[in-house]
Amino acid sequence: MKRLIRSAMVLAALAFAGTAGAQTPPDVLVVGQIAEPQSLDPHTVTATNDFRILVNVYDGLVRFKDGTLEVEPALAESWEISEDGKTYTFKLRQGVKFHDGSDFNAEAVKFNFDRMLKKDHPFYGTGPFPLSFNFSSVDSVNVLDEHTVEFKLSEAFAPFLSNLAYPTGLIVSPAAVSEHGKEYGRSPSGTGAFKFVEWLSNQRVVVERNPDYWDGAAKLQAVVFRPITDANTRVAEMMAGGIDVMVEVPPDNLATFRQDANFAVAEQAGPHVWFAILNTKEGPFADKRVRQAANYAVNKETLANDVLQGTATVAAGPIPPAFNWVESSVKPYAYDPEQAKSLLAEAGVENPQVTFYVTEGGSGMLDPITMGAAIQADLQAVGFNVKIETYEWNTFLGRVNPGLQGKADMAEMAWMTNDPDTVPYLTLRTDAMPDKGGFNSGYYSNPKLDELLEKARKSTDQAERGKLYGEVQSIVHDDAPWLFVANWKQNAVTTAAVKGFELQPSFLLNLHGVTKE
Amino acid sequence: MPSYVLTRLIAVVPVLFGLSIIVFLVMTLIPGDAATAILGSYATPENVERINRDLGLDKPLVQQYVIWMGNVLQGDFGRSFALNRPVLDEVLERFQATLVLAGVSLVLCSLIGLLAGVISAVRQFGWADRIITFFVLAGISMPSFWLGLLLIYLFAVHWRILPASGMYAVYGGGDLKDLLLHLVLPATTLAVVAAGVIARLTRGAMLEVLRQDYVRTARAKGLPERRVIYAHAFRAALVSVIPAIGIQAGFVLGGAVYVETVFQWPGIGAMLAKAISTRDILLVQGGVLVVAASYVLFNLLADVVQSMLDPRIRT
Repeated sequence: MKRLIRSAMVLAALAFAGTAGAQTPPDVLVVGQIAEPQSLDPHTVTATNDFRILVNVYDGLVRFKDGTLEVEPALAESWEISEDGKTYTFKLRQGVKFHDGSDFNAEAVKFNFDRMLKKDHPFYGTGPFPLSFNFSSVDSVNVLDEHTVEFKLSEAFAPFLSNLAYPTGLIVSPAAVSEHGKEYGRSPSGTGAFKFVEWLSNQRVVVERNPDYWDGAAKLQAVVFRPITDANTRVAEMMAGGIDVMVEVPPDNLATFRQDANFAVAEQAGPHVWFAILNTKEGPFADKRVRQAANYAVNKETLANDVLQGTATVAAGPIPPAFNWVESSVKPYAYDPEQAKSLLAEAGVENPQVTFYVTEGGSGMLDPITMGAAIQADLQAVGFNVKIETYEWNTFLGRVNPGLQGKADMAEMAWMTNDPDTVPYLTLRTDAMPDKGGFNSGYYSNPKLDELLEKARKSTDQAERGKLYGEVQSIVHDDAPWLFVANWKQNAVTTAAVKGFELQPSFLLNLHGVTKE
Repeated sequence: MPSYVLTRLIAVVPVLFGLSIIVFLVMTLIPGDAATAILGSYATPENVERINRDLGLDKPLVQQYVIWMGNVLQGDFGRSFALNRPVLDEVLERFQATLVLAGVSLVLCSLIGLLAGVISAVRQFGWADRIITFFVLAGISMPSFWLGLLLIYLFAVHWRILPASGMYAVYGGGDLKDLLLHLVLPATTLAVVAAGVIARLTRGAMLEVLRQDYVRTARAKGLPERRVIYAHAFRAALVSVIPAIGIQAGFVLGGAVYVETVFQWPGIGAMLAKAISTRDILLVQGGVLVVAASYVLFNLLADVVQSMLDPRIRT
């Protein structure tokens, strides 16, 4: 027995001797992700987590310009938009090949969109394609010649270009889809800076440099995406040196990384908005003054700086400031409990009773339970009587999306988007009421806003759209159908050896120019 | 003996069948569905309907179940919605990882538990007994996810001698040594509670056996103490401890959900946790069936071993 224990100890010592601390290999970037991807077929996924991998393996016809939410050429070298805004003609980049060796051309583009949109397409069954409604205005995709493709829309739809820049618009290899069918999501082939190598379930996705990339080969030899679901474990891996990059750092740990010279923290405000929907149809929030009172009563600075520890900024309206081309000078509601009290007195309700739906967590929801409690405390301080009901995310959506009537007066919510049109169009229009298939769960309605939104999505002039959305922002700010709370700043930590790493306002993760010393 | 094993194996079939109905009902009863989970904030009624249709979830419940059952009988466990791949591929791949982890920690907890129990019993109320009892109680009371984080912090972050998470090194690696290094922390974490339970049971069983007449006889006829304890008393005590180890096997498989999540072990526990939150019914079905089947098999194995040790049970 003793001998056995002794030999076991020797064995263990030998094994340990080989590992002088975890080290990631040179020229290979290891990224700690929050979860395993669902699929590497860009048309079938919805999570930012998956997009971070996809944008490095694929290109779209267009992409977001570095550091902005403006669209620039990618696989399309140029494009023309017809006078009525219904026809888009793209000149495609020549000589580009997919990783599987097949050619990128107009037929490939047509294949991509027909697969998503046409039920009788031979590969429609490789879906479902949950975000294909981004392209629901596309009537037909026509091949004009080998390198020219034309999109016919049923109506003018200005967000079309930015939807193309979103991951749902990434171009997959038709040859690879034909070969792998439903398994394509595990054998992806794009035109991007990195080629897919392997995917081990819940362990890692590995991609390596595409030496023939049309925009210049990437500097890294390979990138490994590791899913680490538990946030504490992810932080531990970062500190132990097991990963080079960590996304979505918990606010509590950010300060530690900031103080340590071995790490660099990256932050970037994105097109995200966190708010509470107010029920404008019934109860106290049917009165605009009560809604404004709620906006004055809550100390958003404290929420952003203390609860979220500086990982967010205060929101002024439905359109996040990341859309820097939207011309708006609207400032957030100030923290002013006295003003709130006098608005409540004016409305004749000193102690309104409200039911507040809170979720335990969900996509983009930051720290919803703590946030809910802090908002409750601030509202109580000016006279509100707030009852919180907490639900698990899927249950929560099942209660909120059909509308708040008869159930609640307010509900937490968050959206991420790629165009200023998306959120107001889906959540604030008269025609977006829940019974019409929209997300206007608080039943807000303002004909002036409806008109502005329709006009803005038909205009193809970005400057004009910027002005229109500025008006949208100030109308909604004043009507206060929501309690505007925060715009999330995405964050990431890298080791000091990682250079050229930048987060994008689109929340996508472009690793093309990153190096590791 | 073979007919006994066969009867027990056949009895597994109705258990699994009933279980599949329960899992199916529970998964459809909890609020939210796969389409909402996939679409998140884009879950308009229209989109939900489209996705449900594409996934075949718009059919009546009974019909969905019968279709699934029919396919299972032909060896087709369906496709996972969330992962977009066959359930069987995913489950088998993940189950291997769980078996490695659970198997190693089961061996670990049995060895430690039995040894600690015997020492405790032989030195009843001595200092060794007290120290062991202290650690056993501490081990049983500690939540495994907390212990796991503590171990990660000490061994991976502070001393940097073991990897923090995962099953293999991300690049290179992949050999046995790599696997063992990655196994140390999760297997230990998983083994601690079960080892405590086994140690307590062994102690009790040993104390009872040590008071038996035949042990006194063995001592009286001049056998060395070591032989009395390990060859005579321990063997008899083992008979009552073995079924408990079988039950601990189930515990280790179940506890894997937390430990696999904390250590990012690519096993079936972490898979089930995610499958439930994405309402991925077929993946949950596949995972639960495999875990349940292996639980039954572990217990069967324990019974067989027990009957080999104890002639009275042998039939």
